[in-house]
Amino acid sequence: MEAGRLFSLRHILSTPNPHRLPSTVARDDEHLLVAAAKSGDVAAFEELVNRYERKIFRLTMNITGNREDAEDAMQDAFLKSYSHLKTFQGDSRFYTWLVRIAANEALMRLRKRRPNQFSLDEPVAGDEDLMPRELQDWGPGPEQRFAQTEMREILSSVIEELEPDYRMVFVLRDIEELSTEDTASALGISVPAVKSRLLRARLKLRQKLNRYFQQGGAN
Amino acid sequence: MNCQEIIHELSNFIDGELDGATKLELERHLMDCKECRLVVNQTKKTIEIFCDCEPIELPGEVRNRLHEALRRKLREATQ
Repeated sequence: MEAGRLFSLRHILSTPNPHRLPSTVARDDEHLLVAAAKSGDVAAFEELVNRYERKIFRLTMNITGNREDAEDAMQDAFLKSYSHLKTFQGDSRFYTWLVRIAANEALMRLRKRRPNQFSLDEPVAGDEDLMPRELQDWGPGPEQRFAQTEMREILSSVIEELEPDYRMVFVLRDIEELSTEDTASALGISVPAVKSRLLRARLKLRQKLNRYFQQGGAN
Repeated sequence: MNCQEIIHELSNFIDGELDGATKLELERHLMDCKECRLVVNQTKKTIEIFCDCEPIELPGEVRNRLHEALRRKLREATQ
């Protein structure tokens, strides 16, 4: 990319630090970067990678639970998104599109590694008793009782304990904040299936966190 | 609504997808039922904690490998 063009793009973007983006908000200038990247602006695509690499790595780590697979899935997701950028119609956010590609890459690796633990294609879980059993007060700000790194370890450990079909839905819907419809479409399952699995995933994670957060509990 | 029904509607309640009448009924139940209140609040907290957890910095060697692969791909594409 020509230096002048790169400068003007960066100027427009006014990105003080791409690594400190808020996790939930799409930056308004994403479409500018995508348009520039589609017209062959390599620096614009690199900017998109810089912007999303940490979140995509978190996504692939959360899904695969394996660092090597997570890295491969992330790398392939970015490479594929670049190769197929011209087919991106812009009817969703670029990030949503990227998440779908990365989730698929992670899912393929997870299926390879744990072929017997996976049931995304199977019917929605039955109407089993969902009533939570372990109910203890967590007290105010339970997460503040842990150091940040310790909290991260707890979260990655409890999410890894979740069955893959519940984990996928929770990661896409609650962590990556895809809509229910986008989550259903990304996973090739119905909207009711997403809702049913999301409810179960949330309840299971609450119960798992109860181990750490109950007052006077393990910490 | 009984406790079982509250749990079934939990996600819809948290996601703001309940109609007004059902939401009101659920909220009334929560005022009187400590157990359901605990589950609702803790489930909300669970989601919040996962959402708020900032992704870690990409390990240096992982980032280097990613960007090297991208540069290779970009070189191929522009040749």
